[in-house]
Amino acid sequence: MEAKRVETVSARVDAAVSSTDSVEDELELSAVRHRPEGLEQLEAQTRFSRKELQILYRGFKNECPSGVVNEDTFKDIYAQFFPQGDASTYAHFLFNAFDTDHNGSVSFEDFVMGLSILLRGTVQEKLIWAFNLYDINKDGYITKEEMLDIMKAIYDMMGKCTYPVLKEETPRQHVEVFFQKMDKNKDGVVTIDEFIDCCQNDENIMRSMHLFENVL
Amino acid sequence: MAAGVAAWLPFARAAAIGWMPVANLPMPIAPTEKNKRQDELIILNVSGRRFQTWRNTLDRYPDTLLGSSEKEFFYNEETKEYFFDRDPDVFRSVLNFYRTGKLHYPRYECISSYDEELAFFGIVPEIIGDCCYEEYKDRKRENVERLMDDQEDNKDAKLPNMTFRETMWRAFENPHTSTMALVFYYVTGFFIAVSVITNVVETVPCGSAPNQKEVPCGERYTVAFFCMDTACVMIFTVEYLMRLYAAPNRYRFMRSVMSIIDVVAILPYYIGLVMTDNEDVSGAFVTLRVFRVFRIFKFSRHSQGLRILGYTLKSCASELGFLLFSLTMAIIIFATVMFYAEKGSSSSKFTSIPASFWYTIVTMTTLGYGDMVPKTIAGKIFGSICSLSGVLVIALPVPVIVSNFSRIYHQNQRADKRRAQKMQKARLARIRLSKTGSSNAFLHSKRNGLFNEALELTGNTEEEKCLSKSTSLIESQHHHLLHCLEKTTNHEFVDEQYYQQSYLEAGLQNYPSQSPSLSSQDGVTGTCCTRRSKKRHTPLPNASAPAHMQPLTHTHTHQQGLQELSTIHIQPLSTSRSSLNMRIDEPAPLNCQSSQITTAIISIPTPPVTTPEGDAHLPAGPTHQNVVKVSAL
Repeated sequence: MEAKRVETVSARVDAAVSSTDSVEDELELSAVRHRPEGLEQLEAQTRFSRKELQILYRGFKNECPSGVVNEDTFKDIYAQFFPQGDASTYAHFLFNAFDTDHNGSVSFEDFVMGLSILLRGTVQEKLIWAFNLYDINKDGYITKEEMLDIMKAIYDMMGKCTYPVLKEETPRQHVEVFFQKMDKNKDGVVTIDEFIDCCQNDENIMRSMHLFENVL
Repeated sequence: MAAGVAAWLPFARAAAIGWMPVANLPMPIAPTEKNKRQDELIILNVSGRRFQTWRNTLDRYPDTLLGSSEKEFFYNEETKEYFFDRDPDVFRSVLNFYRTGKLHYPRYECISSYDEELAFFGIVPEIIGDCCYEEYKDRKRENVERLMDDQEDNKDAKLPNMTFRETMWRAFENPHTSTMALVFYYVTGFFIAVSVITNVVETVPCGSAPNQKEVPCGERYTVAFFCMDTACVMIFTVEYLMRLYAAPNRYRFMRSVMSIIDVVAILPYYIGLVMTDNEDVSGAFVTLRVFRVFRIFKFSRHSQGLRILGYTLKSCASELGFLLFSLTMAIIIFATVMFYAEKGSSSSKFTSIPASFWYTIVTMTTLGYGDMVPKTIAGKIFGSICSLSGVLVIALPVPVIVSNFSRIYHQNQRADKRRAQKMQKARLARIRLSKTGSSNAFLHSKRNGLFNEALELTGNTEEEKCLSKSTSLIESQHHHLLHCLEKTTNHEFVDEQYYQQSYLEAGLQNYPSQSPSLSSQDGVTGTCCTRRSKKRHTPLPNASAPAHMQPLTHTHTHQQGLQELSTIHIQPLSTSRSSLNMRIDEPAPLNCQSSQITTAIISIPTPPVTTPEGDAHLPAGPTHQNVVKVSAL
């Protein structure tokens, strides 16, 4: 049983950014290193088996040897899956959704908790997670502007070369459609209950929620 | 997609749940692992040294030996390991490539053995990381050069069927080819030396007859010297004419430096022959003789070092220019200062600023003849500053020139540099290709995927087997992810060219109705078709044929393309997409059978249901007809 230890050797000061810091800062050893909680604890907290956690951690550690992902690395990784478009905005929103304690970096625990909900959670939990993703300022309401941001981010991932050609109003139209569907009392915002109700009544969405269950 | 990132694919796919509530269309079915295996360790025995790694690690690069089923040929049943009879040291780098995604070139390895190992394991050397790539390329270039030198030595054996002219040219260029050439080489060398010595001795004062002032030997033994000169010039002329005759490109030869030197060397003699009688110009003629000294430059044909020196000076032109410029500046400054400083003193030699130039140059180069010295105190102060700074100004550019010389001496010739540049371009092109390969791969497998789904629906299993193209599981999952994104946004990923086309059309047309678009398509069709015909046409079979050769089909594509965004038509796309797809390696779907299945999907929000006009859409392509399936929601 290893106690969780966050070893901050020292924050690395990027030489390009700040020139005024002393030489010692740069000489001190590089990144923040983070060791995750023990395997048993993670097993208890998530719905993954031991083996699955091992596989996940190996992949995680390979890409982020320091143990935490910062937003730039996150964006890089995510962008590699969408070579044709620009995935950085959506990656930003995703990062915020995964970074539950809002400390600017996603540790392995955050990562695995998020994945546990997405892959092994109940439909309710998944919908709550999605709502959280859309609600950018986490105030409990999805406004049209927030939705538009998200929608634009998704459309950005498609890139330029699409068929039919992406027009300016496409995201906006899509948001209108979404709000028509979701906003029952037409007050201009979607609350979490409206959202969950509406999704549960929609066959497509229900079906698609089970889509990724065999991942991993 | 980079290797390590493949491990994050589950995360990316899980994150796709964020799109689900937004999407209006059903998502495609996820690819399933037919035989889901737990990741296992595999043992690679390379000449006795055992390496172990996860199977997944090797699967990251399915187009290499270790990543594909090719390694099964090396599987040893008794020991349950894969045995390779290769160099274990190089194998380390190869395996690290799988682990980290970067290929490194170990410096102590021989370049050709490294290349062989890479070729054996099916890894393209162009992906060597930037940290090691320069070293790799340098070593490779040296190696190639050395091989070429060896080849050239072998090539010097006389080739048959060379014309007399070609033989002569080769003899001139490379004296070691035959004894005649060697003889000629030494004879010309001898005569150049004789000519130069004659010119020198001509001016030495020989013993004089008593009561006469000393005369140079040239005037004493005029006839002898004249005969010597004539003989030399005759030899040189004959040599020049012979070279001119043998040169493959006479015009280029006449412009080359060596031939100009030859001409300048022999011209004074002929000019002298022509104008011996005219007293006025004979003075000018005498000075022309000075050009005879250029004969010494003919030695550069005989000396490689001299040629390199000349080449160095030519390539250091900018440094030399800088040296000259800074010297000139300093000279002018100091000359001015010295002139004004010495103006007061009487009987000063510094009569003008140009006169002071001489003093400044002599001082700055630390010569110090002493014919001009400053007499005033101010003059002496500035004179000393001048000499101190002279050392600096001259010392600075000289090491640059020296280092240039040594660099050029060890460096390869311009031709090899050009060859290296070509390789750089090729490397960038290959890397770019592999990068775009991922998006192309998706477009390309989408067709196959659609095809696959449709086949599954029709239940035609034989044809399913025909689709031998096995994308790895990771790839198919990645493509599924991209497919989900398409469904969410209701748009399709397409090729760059197709996008440009549809952009063009979208600009031309504003209404979705059928008839006007048909007529107005003609103009556009022309461009599209011509653009398509310009594309490289591999024997990509029938799929491309209809889109290419049937304006009717084409028209159909466009008119549907103008519909509102919420309707997706895969049917026209499949024809066009396939024509855009440059991949040659998909004979599978098209060889096996003769029907091309297309699917049209109609979305909910827009009422105008476009029945796929597949019935009308019959490409007259010889090998297939369209079968259209409609799946409504």
